[in-house]
Amino acid sequence: MYVAVKGGERAIDNAHAWLAEERRGDTSVAELSTDQIREQLSLAVNRVMAEGSLYDPDLAALAIKQSRGDLIEAIFLIRAYRTTLPRFGASLPVETADMACDRRISATFKDVPGGQVLGPTFDYTHRLLDFKLAADGEVAPAATSEPRTEPTPHVTGFLGQDGLIQDETPSDETPRDITREPMSYPADRATRLQNLTRGDEGFILSLAYSTQRGYARNHAFVGELRIGKVAVEMEIPELGFAIEIGEMELTECETVNQFAGSKTEPPQFTRGYGLVMGQTERKAIAMALVDRALRWKELGEDFLGAAAQDEEFVLSHSDNIQATGFLEHIKLPHYVDFQAELELVRKLRAEAEQNVATKEAAE
Amino acid sequence: MMTDAATTPATAARKAWMGLLAKASPQRLQELWAAYDVDPAFTWLRPPEIGGVMVRGRMGGTGAPFNLGEMTVTRCALSLEDGTVGHGYVQGRDKVHAETAAKIDALMQGEAADAIEAAVLTPLRTEDSQARMDRAAKAAATKVDFFTLARGED
Repeated sequence: MYVAVKGGERAIDNAHAWLAEERRGDTSVAELSTDQIREQLSLAVNRVMAEGSLYDPDLAALAIKQSRGDLIEAIFLIRAYRTTLPRFGASLPVETADMACDRRISATFKDVPGGQVLGPTFDYTHRLLDFKLAADGEVAPAATSEPRTEPTPHVTGFLGQDGLIQDETPSDETPRDITREPMSYPADRATRLQNLTRGDEGFILSLAYSTQRGYARNHAFVGELRIGKVAVEMEIPELGFAIEIGEMELTECETVNQFAGSKTEPPQFTRGYGLVMGQTERKAIAMALVDRALRWKELGEDFLGAAAQDEEFVLSHSDNIQATGFLEHIKLPHYVDFQAELELVRKLRAEAEQNVATKEAAE
Repeated sequence: MMTDAATTPATAARKAWMGLLAKASPQRLQELWAAYDVDPAFTWLRPPEIGGVMVRGRMGGTGAPFNLGEMTVTRCALSLEDGTVGHGYVQGRDKVHAETAAKIDALMQGEAADAIEAAVLTPLRTEDSQARMDRAAKAAATKVDFFTLARGED
């Protein structure tokens, strides 16, 4: 039974007004603009776009400002906005081979065609706090050299030429869309990848780490990691041809995993795949490791009881908006539920006391 | 599925300008459009609307498609007084951006094409390719040049 209770309205309004004031903070400090967030907290913006599953840096910056930097709250705002958008259609699959790479590294081939391009990376920094950033924002311009003109082919393509790595089978099948149809199990790989790419970075990271530590052992090499912009093309029915409708920054990670062969597959390398919006390489690497762990069935491997192999466990707990929604709802009023629990405990205690009393009387 | 129309030179040119307009900075496009200083009369066939497009990737970069997530897109369609239809499909949520793109798409199909090409599209294309080259130049400076240290017993 639900009992309506009124009376919180004024308190709620006042709480929200205070929230707005706290969000602004000390007014003697300049207000943060969404342009500043977009330009200077761009990796937070990227995470909000990836897990909000909507590529729009201005909206993500606004969500970060509104949520006071609580990124899961910001992702929630983006997901809520996303549901209000009419769907114009689906793009053609993006061609990551044609990416204008800011960064492109391979941990497996030193002399890969196209080269090892580090890009704007935190790697090799000493992780010492830079107090200059607290003092002023002046930066020296980045060094330049002659732009590369050679193509930057996918590293896995080289292994593929010799049949040393499992082929990806091209198709034009329309993938299932988890924003339109509820998850069901077993899930195909397209569904798993959509779930992983918008899944919580922390959750995917920890699962990936668990595979490295021996739960569903799959020793992964980063065959290639690339970050850069790709064009997004869509067929426009009223035109009768496809046009570029925009471009997006993506991070792509292809792992190469050793595989001794199984009943159904010859010994060869196998693949894990990560593709995430924005410059989000931790997430993309983690996604590739979890993708590979979840492929045990199609590769004829054994289920080792590891969490990262259990698709229902992984896919039904990866979404931080579902998770936080269910988690946080328990702080909301449960007065009537709890009254019932209280009554039950009192009754059980009374019965227990009665039993003790009866037993003592009998002795 | 490309239709035959996609292969004709006229279509290829239209694809190119529509793509350029879709990716242009709305502010820059507006500046150039305002400087061109022609605002044709038109009627809406579809007023600007903001929506989402589901962007797809391929497994392993080359395999079967999967849904990566959506992007915001604004679209509209209009017709000039002579009946020429222009479409705007642009990234983001700027309705004026879509409107300007549609007007330019329509005008580019007529006699104003050369003037608009010179006043609007060429500057956009030049600036876009310059921005790409600037980024590529910074990336190139971070390319590792491996060298092997002399080693051996002597």
